Amino acid sequence: MRERYPGYDVLAKRDTPSWNDQTRRAIDARMAIPLAARRFFSDDEWPTVQAICGRIVPQPRDRARPAPVAAMIDAKLAADDRDGYRHASMPPQREAWRRGVRAIDAEAQARLGARFHALAPDAQDEVLKAAQRGEARSDAWGDMPPAEFFRARLLHDVLGAYYAHPSAWSEIGFGGPASPRGYVRMNFDRRDPWEAAEALPGREADARRDNASVR
Amino acid sequence: MKPTPGVTMLPSDNPLTTPRATNGRAPDVFRPGAWTPMRCWSDDDEVDFAIVGTGAGGGALACKLAEYGFSVVAFDAGPYWRPLEDFVSDEREQSKLYWTDERIVDGDNPLRPGSNNCGKSVGGSTVHFAMVSLRFRPEWFKARTTLGYGADWPLDWREMWTYYREVEETLTISGPVTYPWGPKRPRYPYRPHELNAAALVLAEGAEALGIPWSATPLATLSAPRGLSPPCVYRGMCVIGCSTNAKQSVLLTWLPRALKAGAEIRDLAMVGRIEHDGRGLATGVRYHREGRWRFQRARNVVVAGYAIETPRLLLNSASAKFPDGLANSSGLVGKNLMVQANQAVWGLMEREIRAYKGPPSLALTEHWNYKDDGKDFFGGYAYMSQGPLPVAWSSVLAGQRGLWGQGLLDAMQDYNHQVGLKIVGECMAQERNRVTLADETDRYGLKIPRVTYSYCDNDRRLIAHSLAFMRVALEAAGARDIWDETDDTCHLNGTARMGDDPRTSVVDADCRAWDMRNLWVCDGSVFPTVGGVNPSLTIQAIACRTADRIKTLARRGEL
Repeated sequence: MRERYPGYDVLAKRDTPSWNDQTRRAIDARMAIPLAARRFFSDDEWPTVQAICGRIVPQPRDRARPAPVAAMIDAKLAADDRDGYRHASMPPQREAWRRGVRAIDAEAQARLGARFHALAPDAQDEVLKAAQRGEARSDAWGDMPPAEFFRARLLHDVLGAYYAHPSAWSEIGFGGPASPRGYVRMNFDRRDPWEAAEALPGREADARRDNASVR
Repeated sequence: MKPTPGVTMLPSDNPLTTPRATNGRAPDVFRPGAWTPMRCWSDDDEVDFAIVGTGAGGGALACKLAEYGFSVVAFDAGPYWRPLEDFVSDEREQSKLYWTDERIVDGDNPLRPGSNNCGKSVGGSTVHFAMVSLRFRPEWFKARTTLGYGADWPLDWREMWTYYREVEETLTISGPVTYPWGPKRPRYPYRPHELNAAALVLAEGAEALGIPWSATPLATLSAPRGLSPPCVYRGMCVIGCSTNAKQSVLLTWLPRALKAGAEIRDLAMVGRIEHDGRGLATGVRYHREGRWRFQRARNVVVAGYAIETPRLLLNSASAKFPDGLANSSGLVGKNLMVQANQAVWGLMEREIRAYKGPPSLALTEHWNYKDDGKDFFGGYAYMSQGPLPVAWSSVLAGQRGLWGQGLLDAMQDYNHQVGLKIVGECMAQERNRVTLADETDRYGLKIPRVTYSYCDNDRRLIAHSLAFMRVALEAAGARDIWDETDDTCHLNGTARMGDDPRTSVVDADCRAWDMRNLWVCDGSVFPTVGGVNPSLTIQAIACRTADRIKTLARRGEL
């Protein structure tokens, strides 16, 4: 797939009027989270969690700053930061994650004879798709509906972490932090000089040049 | 953590853990690190009004009552922010503005209360609302009589029209010179905002279909006012405005309330309303700084919004009132009404970059005011949209089941995405309700269970809106259009007002029928919900209630 915003890095604006001090503090702290930081998940759960995150948001292998998705979820669970609601069929988020991770591993064993993280990517996707469809072969799920876990817990937390990371913002051409400067050009096809330039087919070099001067 | 170059200002304290409004001062919301004087009362002072909640209802009411000379203490479970130093340009960090204490949800169409409709801040959810400030259609106040559904309000629209004006001036609403729908109204105080591309798509679609559209009347400034600057189109309104352009309750009513002598207590969770042997409220039991305390009061106002308000009334059950306070009708917690929040989304060839500017800069109320050609009761507005990345990925995953490379690919179209989204009127049903679950929260209080299911009329309204918006989006040139069929927004109706104690919880003055010194002043009192965002109406009702209290006090009828 072609790169839509070649050379765009939202972090190039860190020291511009688009970022205030408190935003620098918050994003600096997020960028500093080690990929392997964890307080909540156990040694046994951790490779499964990392492998699940790797399939829900498969990041480019050569990415300079991969989003520490699993570590961000771990931090959310360690702090028990909740969302404000929980379906009556679901346990609280910590128990849901523990049980869900155990169940996905058990499904991998039951279906393909290996733990989830040991499977090939296609096989991992097969296990995840089964959960998404609500199919359970293992009784490790207990009374927790697999489809509800997949949609409301797993996808919710993985995407909530990934799209809160500057690498994801750069990938989709989002302007990122914007206070106090905000934006000026509001109409169709108009970008401020501090916004991502989109590569038109055959004109990637133009976009790369514009993106190099984003600040 | 090692010091980071380029970061100088550190917050003076942590407003999430330590109350700021104490010892005769409250945060100055306009200046980093600064304070403003605040009159303080002791728990043993019997104040005229203890108000639970400082959002659209409680905040406006606290201001007006204090200005009328009543002694007021207003409680909020949330922190007291200074937006200029506390608000970050980041969805994840700003979830600190939301009410994320657990609620159990069930029913056929379980709700997702939290980020989009429940605030936990001084100023309530107006700190993160989308600022859409619309008046009700006049007929909605007599929906049963004039339109044949729901219930009549005990309020007259002409009286409400004057209170709407008061709120619009207080919030300095930016809006059009002439508004296309409803009775004549004065022009909005400030000029409308420039439209972004997402809003222009709505306009193009409406014009192609021959229906009116308008710039949205918004509570964010288009020119300076007082210490607030004009909006810079940062586009992060729903995660909190970090420049103070947004005219939230935090920035408008509450500074006035403090000046008039009201006390505001942040990080103060009210768990119970106490009463005496005659059945009159005596004050509120609240948790602050690690302990339970009791504030005496001659009157108690509950303004916690449509989940926390019935929760508090139910959690205050006593030997005298075993079913909870103000509940002889059995209606406390019932008739919970959401507003439908479905959308159509598509792709434009042109770049939209909907993250710029307030998210809903244009709207049409066509289907709020047109009655023929509908196979349902009620109405809806629809508005242009500007979801931020986390919110947008959650729509793609939640609605379309996308993940993996498919999701990453769809997210690549972020800057070409465009959407139209309704605020749709749902019918009151007694089966939709807030009850108490068996689980307790960190204060030991029973948590709410929120049960919600659409009725056939709701489903017909939603189907009509999706079909109509699809045509509008196509007419504007969008392709790959799909429906977001499952979303809801504002909450109302769990302590409805009326003129009969058997069929309502409070009277037209928001005064509980069963306990005459207990009042409810928030979206809970709505008997019907209309097809517009409720915050302007909640504030208008608060202004009216304050005037009625003043009148009643003068007559010795409090």
